[in-house]
Amino acid sequence: MSDILKTEFAGAIFKNPVVLASGTCGFGAEFNESFDISLLGGICAKGLTLLPREGNRGIRAWETASGLLNSVGLENPGVEAFVRNELAWLRTVDVNVIVNLGGHSVDDYVRGAEALNSADFDLLELNISCPNVKEGGMNFGVKTEVARKVVREVRSVCRHPMVVKLSPNAEDVVSVAVACEDEGADGVSLVNTFLGMAIDIDARKPVFNNVYAGLSGPAIKPVALRMVHQAAKALSIPVMGIGGITTWKDALEFIMAGASVIQVGTANFIRPSIALDIIKGMETWLGNNGVRRVADIRGIV
Amino acid sequence: MAKVISNKELEGAFFLLKVEFENDARPGQFFMLRAWDKYPLLSRPISVFDSDGATLAFLCRKVGVGTEILARLREGDELSLIGPLGSSFPDFEGKLALVGGGAGVAPMYFAAKHCKRSGKASVDIFLGFSEQAILEDSFVAVSDSLVVDVGGFITDKVDVSVYDRILACGPEIMMKTLYEKCLAADKSDALWVSMESRMACGIGACLVCSCPTAEGNKKICKDGPVLPGELVFSRRDMEANAFDARGC
Repeated sequence: MSDILKTEFAGAIFKNPVVLASGTCGFGAEFNESFDISLLGGICAKGLTLLPREGNRGIRAWETASGLLNSVGLENPGVEAFVRNELAWLRTVDVNVIVNLGGHSVDDYVRGAEALNSADFDLLELNISCPNVKEGGMNFGVKTEVARKVVREVRSVCRHPMVVKLSPNAEDVVSVAVACEDEGADGVSLVNTFLGMAIDIDARKPVFNNVYAGLSGPAIKPVALRMVHQAAKALSIPVMGIGGITTWKDALEFIMAGASVIQVGTANFIRPSIALDIIKGMETWLGNNGVRRVADIRGIV
Repeated sequence: MAKVISNKELEGAFFLLKVEFENDARPGQFFMLRAWDKYPLLSRPISVFDSDGATLAFLCRKVGVGTEILARLREGDELSLIGPLGSSFPDFEGKLALVGGGAGVAPMYFAAKHCKRSGKASVDIFLGFSEQAILEDSFVAVSDSLVVDVGGFITDKVDVSVYDRILACGPEIMMKTLYEKCLAADKSDALWVSMESRMACGIGACLVCSCPTAEGNKKICKDGPVLPGELVFSRRDMEANAFDARGC
């Protein structure tokens, strides 16, 4: 692979700007059985919380028109078990590792970040946008001043470069993004899922035990792209673009909107290796259009 | 890519899809099937009805947009398969009852054929359908006896006390009833179940198909679909966990 896709993000060098999004690829091992994950720019591990969580009961996924509602509810083994059982293997792979951290209180986030301080990985993605947990999660990403406080507190203890994953359900996503930059975030990633709903008309009940769930996939792409564009224009820290990216054309749209790195999430369920098609397609288009480095088209729109 | 050899429409919205695909599938395992590009978004997890190593057969029921597309495939059409995935029924010997309900009858054909091949098992098959029975001749050919129920409760016809092992696949309430019968007969470890769930990745990464068990959450796609019945049903809250496959 040539250097045409090489990208710097918050001090980390990505061999290409394509990262698998948190929650869609586990801790990488299962995907590595399908294809060589070292061909990716990075992998964002399944969202962790300080303590293990069993996740939500009932139906956890529901297909919609060009989209997917999910309500997994941050099932995860906890920070300590992740570091002990998963990270060592992931570190043997030549791929950037992003660790996604959620929480239910500011104290949870702070203690989670502290517990991760001695672990070896490239970026911490602070998840203030999970819509599927009853307390905390997305609540931290809706109001700017609440987001500001958690970012400030985590920043003061976190030794890793820190990216804040933003919610599209924010009252004002640009204002939250600017607050993250003000408080020392090294980047932002957006968007997480949109709060949605489905109803089982035969049962006359919501499909999900939690009533609401997070919508992802191609259905959200135009809205996500608009939010990435707005955030990138307002920030000087780099942006990771997320939201329904399924093809190399989608990926290039996000780059032109201002994203330095893009994350592929729901599309991984179409085919585990779909990110490789995105990487190849981007490289080919850039080559055919005389673009020497992907950064040259970043934010040109 | 796999190539369709035949696709036969059966009663009750069932269809039997045969494809050319080199495989080493074992009874109880499944494949993620996809015969479309990007929409619907997800592939469909379908268990193996039969395999001879070079071909595969899937017995499916039309329940939504994905299975409707699969039902329309014709000889020579192509589809993508990921698999075989998940766990399989162990090689059991002795007196076996294989109990299938609805679309859950699918893995029982391959399981029966496999168990009979060892020459050390007797296989009684019990199948429950809501509307009309299908493929009875096929099931008769791979078993010592076949009992079919239409519209009732197939579990009423299974005397678990006379069997060494009971293998089950079907609605959760059917498998739970079998577990309770096994428990009452003091042989709760005799039951093995093949669980069904909505899935997204199918390979153990997304946690959409997590199943609460006595040993914590298990991934139906990776740790299952075949699990000891006791593991699943000894701590099962039916209300909170109602699995269903509607709309797939």
